[in-house]
Amino acid sequence: MPIQCQIVTQDKLLFEGPADIVIAPGAEGEMGILPNHSPLLTTLDFGVLRVKYEGVEQAFVIAGGFLEVRPDVVTVLADVGERVDEIDEARARAARERAEELLKKGPPADKDEFLAIESALRRSKLRLEGARRYGRVRQRPRMAESDEES
Amino acid sequence: MASDREMRLRIQGVSNIAQVTRALEAVSASKVRQAQRAVELTRPYASKAWDVLQHLSRQPARDFIHPLLKERETIDEILVILITGDRGLAGAYNSNVVRFALEEFREAPVPVRYILVGRKGRDMMARRGQNIQAEFSHLPAAPSYADVSAIGRIAVDEYLEDHVDQVYLVYTQFVNMLRQVPAKKLLLPLEMEEETERVKTYGQRTTGPEPAYIYEPSMEELIERIVPRLTALQIYQAILESLASEHAARMVAMRNATENANELVYALRLTYNKARQGAITSEILDIVGGAEALASAQEGGL
Repeated sequence: MPIQCQIVTQDKLLFEGPADIVIAPGAEGEMGILPNHSPLLTTLDFGVLRVKYEGVEQAFVIAGGFLEVRPDVVTVLADVGERVDEIDEARARAARERAEELLKKGPPADKDEFLAIESALRRSKLRLEGARRYGRVRQRPRMAESDEES
Repeated sequence: MASDREMRLRIQGVSNIAQVTRALEAVSASKVRQAQRAVELTRPYASKAWDVLQHLSRQPARDFIHPLLKERETIDEILVILITGDRGLAGAYNSNVVRFALEEFREAPVPVRYILVGRKGRDMMARRGQNIQAEFSHLPAAPSYADVSAIGRIAVDEYLEDHVDQVYLVYTQFVNMLRQVPAKKLLLPLEMEEETERVKTYGQRTTGPEPAYIYEPSMEELIERIVPRLTALQIYQAILESLASEHAARMVAMRNATENANELVYALRLTYNKARQGAITSEILDIVGGAEALASAQEGGL
């Protein structure tokens, strides 16, 4: 029996549907959640979250948030969330260059500003990474089950 | 009495105003719907986050209450986040919410500081010499969560660093297109909502005793991260709701303005036509009089 998965961000519902496995960037390392997982509440790190159902994989870029697991439901509360195939690579690349440019000028005096630039850099790198690694996966579904068993 | 030309210009001017206000009304009407939709979209996250927090705060083994949830014994200073619009032409929308805030906190026994969202609120409060800590104006027309999360961060920081002991949110609730009411809400310390209703929704999903959860990294850490997000989210929701109210208020104000302008055009046109008629009548009288005089003169001459 598949597990129900729901991904929400502060301003929208990103995804809702059944899943055979949800692979999430947990605070203490990447974790795969199968149906009937024991209840769990964890914070999420920056990373790519993948939802697999019947051999089709959907990937989302997540920049922090929470994950709640019940035996039949997985709920993701993402601070920033985006479907990998909706990522605008050109924009992400421009954002990365802008952030790197700013950091090259030497760290800004203001700590908040530094943190803002740094997190912008992390987000843009994550987007590019996600788009590069998972951007095309949806188009060519792999053989079902084969890679879950390994 | 204005001249013909002046009257015509006046009528033209007023009907132009009516046209502009009618257009503004239509624009506002569509923006109300947009803002309402945006509020709707925040609901799934909000209700889920509340569920989780509720769940965490009900755990019996907790010997520690997170400072953001704990009520302080003495209140030395209050922070108020007041949400207004950037622009006028919205009837009494801005002044209502500002007046409401001033009345609510006039009696406060301790100093009150304000964070102001919106240019109108900033101007009004600055004129009244209120203590303003920060202002956020010129937000985008459809703000995203990221645009406003900084406000929540300031509020949480001020609270955690003990500069203030309570944080209130004053905004305008959207009741319907014709009614928007200013409202006050305690933001920090975070108040747990009434449990009864939520327990019910919980009960439907899980049966029997609640399962034991695994917490990663720890419960404290989880609360630590979820509360500031909920705070910022509440501010975001209040801003969106105020935005819907602002557009609704503007829509009604513009509709009234259009109606008034049309009435004025009607009255002006009546006067203008009367004057024109009067002028024509007296001209005819002149001609008739002149013709008669001429005729009688000719008769007398014969």
